[in-house]
Amino acid sequence: MSDGEASGPARREGRVLLEARAVTRTYRLGRDVEVPALRGVSFVVDRGDYVAIVGSSGSGKSTLLNLLGALDRPTDGAVRYDGRDVREMSDPELADLRNTRIGFVFQSFHLLPRLTARDNVILPLVYRPGSRRERRDRAEAALTAVGLADRMDHRPTELSGGQQQRVAIARAIVTDPALILADEPTGNLDSRTGEDIMALLERIQTEQDTALVVITHERQIARRAHSTIELRDGLIVGEVAA
Amino acid sequence: MTVREAFRVAMQALAANRLRSALTTLGVLIGVMSVVLLVAIGQGARSEITGAIEGLGSNLLFVLPGDGEFGQGPTRSRFVLDDVDLIERELPGAETRVAGYTVGAEALQADGARVNATVLAVTASYPRVFNRELARGQAVTESDVVTARRVAVLGATTAEELFPGQDPIGRNLTIGGIRYRVSGVLARIGGGGSPFGPDQDRNVLVPITSGQRLFGTDRLDAIFVRATSTAAVEADRSTVERALSQRLDEDEFSVISQDEIIGVVGDILQILTIVLAAIAGISLLVGGVGVSNIMLVSVSERTREIGLRKALGARTRDITTQFLLEAIVLTGIGGAIGLGLGISGALLVAQFAPVPAEITGWSIALALGVSVAVGLVFGVLPARRAGQLDPVEALRRE
Ligand SMILES: Nc1ncnc2c1ncn2[C@@H]1O[C@H](COP(=O)(O)OP(=O)(O)O)[C@@H](O)[C@H]1O
Ligand SMILES: [Mg+2]
Repeated sequence: MSDGEASGPARREGRVLLEARAVTRTYRLGRDVEVPALRGVSFVVDRGDYVAIVGSSGSGKSTLLNLLGALDRPTDGAVRYDGRDVREMSDPELADLRNTRIGFVFQSFHLLPRLTARDNVILPLVYRPGSRRERRDRAEAALTAVGLADRMDHRPTELSGGQQQRVAIARAIVTDPALILADEPTGNLDSRTGEDIMALLERIQTEQDTALVVITHERQIARRAHSTIELRDGLIVGEVAA
Repeated sequence: MTVREAFRVAMQALAANRLRSALTTLGVLIGVMSVVLLVAIGQGARSEITGAIEGLGSNLLFVLPGDGEFGQGPTRSRFVLDDVDLIERELPGAETRVAGYTVGAEALQADGARVNATVLAVTASYPRVFNRELARGQAVTESDVVTARRVAVLGATTAEELFPGQDPIGRNLTIGGIRYRVSGVLARIGGGGSPFGPDQDRNVLVPITSGQRLFGTDRLDAIFVRATSTAAVEADRSTVERALSQRLDEDEFSVISQDEIIGVVGDILQILTIVLAAIAGISLLVGGVGVSNIMLVSVSERTREIGLRKALGARTRDITTQFLLEAIVLTGIGGAIGLGLGISGALLVAQFAPVPAEITGWSIALALGVSVAVGLVFGVLPARRAGQLDPVEALRRE
């Protein structure tokens, strides 16, 4: 990643996956209390890029990730996917964008407890056309890719934290997204398991040429990323390109 | 997402909360069951009663005291036996077509046996007007009427009860303490009684004159005329009205055709049925409110799931459809089971109770249609609430 302004559009043509330009996001609490969570953030994520977002708690990392994931619209500024501004897209278009282009990995896994690992992974496929057989095959392939071929029929409660996060990763990659967004994916895991999870995400990023944007507190992770964005009070205070 | 897929998801969610789903369904189930059962009983009563009126014969005219407005108190009859003659004089072939009677309930006693029966004091023409056939002996004759003879023609059941295993003809009995002799026994009609019509096989016929003496009256309760054809009913009605107005005021009698009575009685019972259905419908409504309530609870419990589904690509409509289907499946299952129980209940009632019950297509369609509609109506609010949840907010919820 690099600053969209400085690099010049010509050099990066065809490589840009998404672009944030002067993005602000202000939360409203009640009638007249405003919380400016992001106060003007600009950067670009390329195809196959690996970006780490760091910053202290409350600095606006999750807010930024939600905007990149089209879960939310900016108060001002633009988030563009393949050149299209998220703010100009309808709700169904945003839903389809999330379904086809983006995979989410959350700190608390967000698996549905009543479903098996396989059915949890099938979940995003339910919202696109395809036969049951096809969905099943894809889900099983994704679970195999994250090393859970022997845990397909287990429910989340029957899996360790690391295994649950692997199921979540399988769910994120089952749609072949262009971008994986991970919000502190190792935050609920011990450091060794966390290492494994990061290694898995990085392997997917390189092998499948999927862009990876990860919020993290770990220094080593930030160092392995192609670039790091540091947020403080809703502003980018430091960018390090590897 | 296809509807089939949404249906599968809805079923999964309902299965995850079996007890709650079952209890929620119960409200709708009871509502639908009561609708089906009560409508069946109402319809059964209606066809029973109209059937009983039709069973009297066809093309009958009923000459009743009063001005014929329904819903008024009983009017004291001013008919006397001469009025029957009055009508007979005007109507061609009338001696076989005009009958009069007065009715009372009396205790009958013979040897040791004692029964209560409806005593019909009739003119000799009564069996012909009402197609009552004689099994044995002799009917009430003109001369019985003229001489006020104390003879009785027994209904088949009454005859058996008073004279079990014996020939009743020529035997004595007392009616209301007065001594009578059995002259004949009516052929059995069958069908038994119902709360809406006495068992005709328990009637006892006596000559009108001796019956009037027994009851201490000189009046007739009603006069009946059988028209020779459906086409002749109206002409006969005018003739009868003209004949009676020679002696009676306009509001002292009315001539009503059998079809009119069937129509009015049928209408009244139809309204009764609809009122019953509406009352049962209220319990269905309460069941619907229960569904709405539980669906709202379910939406708030599953807020994070909804947020997740949206993050994974569910559209607002996908979520709405899913929750709406959950509500409809709940009420639909309740409706189907309630329908089954309602039908079984109606069949049981028809089997064991004196009240008949009749399953009608419209009550089944209504019950199923309404239960699905209840799911739709009461599911919309929770489903919309679910669909409109903001994914970021929903995912943050604990
Ligand atoms: N839904 C919200 N409503 C109001 N304020 C919010 C909301 N979400 C986040 N915030 C505020 O915005 C700021 C940034 O939050 P967040 O993006 O979650 O930070 P981080 O992920 O870096 O810890 C914080 O001050 C937080 O309290
Ligand atoms: Mg955060």
